[in-house]
Amino acid sequence: MSVEAPQARPLGASAGAGRRALASTGPIAVCTLLLVGVAVLSLTQGAASIPAGTAVAFVLNRLPFVHIAVDAPASWETIVVDVRLPRLLVAGVVGASLAYSGAAYQGVFRNPLADPYLIGVASGAALGASIAIVSPLESSSYEFGWVPLLAFAGAAVAVLLAYGFAQSGRTVSNTALILAGVAISSVASAITSFILLTGGDRAQPILSFLFGSFNTATWARLTVGTPYLLAGAAVIALHARVLNVLQLDEEQAAQLGVDVTRSKLIVLGAASLIAATAVAMAGVIGFVGLVVPHVTRMVFGGDYRRLLPLAALLGASFLIGTDVLARTLLRPQEVPVGIVTAMVGGPFFLYLLRVRRLGGF
Amino acid sequence: MAAIAAATPLLAARGVTVELGGQPVLRGVDLEVRAGEVVGLLGPNGAGKSTFLRAATRLVPLSGGSLEVEGTGLERITRRDLARAVAVVQQLPEAPGTMLVEELVLLGRNPHLGLLSRESPHDYAVAVDAMRRVGCEEFARRPLHTLSGGQRRRAFLARALAQEPRLLLLDEPNANLDVQAQAEAFELLLALARDGVGVLVAVHDLTLAAAYCDRVVMLVEGRVIASGAPADVVTSEVVARVYGDRVMVIPHPQSGAPIVVPAVMERSDA
Repeated sequence: MSVEAPQARPLGASAGAGRRALASTGPIAVCTLLLVGVAVLSLTQGAASIPAGTAVAFVLNRLPFVHIAVDAPASWETIVVDVRLPRLLVAGVVGASLAYSGAAYQGVFRNPLADPYLIGVASGAALGASIAIVSPLESSSYEFGWVPLLAFAGAAVAVLLAYGFAQSGRTVSNTALILAGVAISSVASAITSFILLTGGDRAQPILSFLFGSFNTATWARLTVGTPYLLAGAAVIALHARVLNVLQLDEEQAAQLGVDVTRSKLIVLGAASLIAATAVAMAGVIGFVGLVVPHVTRMVFGGDYRRLLPLAALLGASFLIGTDVLARTLLRPQEVPVGIVTAMVGGPFFLYLLRVRRLGGF
Repeated sequence: MAAIAAATPLLAARGVTVELGGQPVLRGVDLEVRAGEVVGLLGPNGAGKSTFLRAATRLVPLSGGSLEVEGTGLERITRRDLARAVAVVQQLPEAPGTMLVEELVLLGRNPHLGLLSRESPHDYAVAVDAMRRVGCEEFARRPLHTLSGGQRRRAFLARALAQEPRLLLLDEPNANLDVQAQAEAFELLLALARDGVGVLVAVHDLTLAAAYCDRVVMLVEGRVIASGAPADVVTSEVVARVYGDRVMVIPHPQSGAPIVVPAVMERSDA
């Protein structure tokens, strides 16, 4: 009994708040350090092996009022700042986005198997991108051209269709939403496959979209996409406590003052916006949105106010890390990053399943 | 007390009719709950007790009649305002097994928090107070899946109290509890009522209801067939009519409250 005594007043107002602050900043700090470490690693790896100190100096020199003398070939600076840095940032932003929106999807559906592609984002985006790629539209893949634009539109249309079909009266049941999403996805995937099979050589870039790639990572894509990501993330962050309440079940959430239908619509809309933007940036990268939020929940618990930012940090680290692998495994050839995320993430997930039972739900 | 009792009822149901899947479940139920009283909702399985509680929190639509909370029609109250006035303890509520008791209880503060606000020291204090009141503070930091059935019930009751409701609805709060725990649960309801909370509790156990409730309402097939003081409703006639002739009602040796017992005259092996 004496052991339990200190826990007797766990919510004691001020002391409890202090401990909670510590409990939430600790993991954030650890995950941020991890992200910085992986990011630096990513800057050094590639065809030219550049020392970490030099690479970091190049990046810091781009900040205002920073001047670090660097004794290195000028071509290195181009490689680090113009090639590796945007690629690193896109990988990080996409990883964070997919993990963040995956966490929100899992929260709304109260299901560990939910991911950001559950109700049509990926298949809709793939169809949109395919149409852009085989159409006569100019599809310069190095700027924010028609491919990402139609990918985004395709994802939006798929999700809206799924939601529309699932709606009955004022309410939308999760089951109906998932089933409608599966149906819409299979139709979209069928059309994409048809385009791929009949499109000949023109259709080849579709494959790289389907596996995801950071080859097309540019500053332009980052600057166009980021506002949508930030807006979606802010909306979800405001609903973090509502997501906590929704973990009970929808009846209890309603009895605790949550307008369930409205909250689901808002959170799913924002999460789909984030996922659609991420897919438009880098193609369909699987597994991040499923596994990263899940692992985050297993390690750090199910409070969405903590889970969401942590999942974003870990998602960024994970995707930057797998991109390093994708670039270096079969050098000089590059493995599509979506293949690496699945190859790395799958076994790791199985390992976690064996070590700890599927927790959190 | 008289002044409060004379005021607007916390809950007023008039001719409440509910159909589920085309089947009538409630057929014109009239019921009132006032501040400071414990009202028992009695009736056999399928009588519509749980449906009435769900209707009172707008989880099922009415096909007839009206429901008012503190004088305002239910359809004109926002979810948030409703949750500030009315808290519910469901019969077997679900929650993630890894959620801690204190996390669950703190969710009861949700209706009092805006989109941008976090729990204040006051919110924590209310949650701690609620846990103390139902006696679950010693397992506040345990995950729900480690709790016994009785502890789990107390955790959900604490969550309802953390809402600081003026009206508390409970569905079978005594199910799966041992005799002592059942008495404790109902004594807590009486204490809440003394603080001015209105309590509406669906109960199977007629004896328990008769012992603790100020008034009881007997529901059969969605209709109120008797209501009033326990001694006037839990009678041999009513009980026989509702449940059949295998039970009998006898008076409590000290209080005289009705006690419902099996009407076994002799054991077949005697």
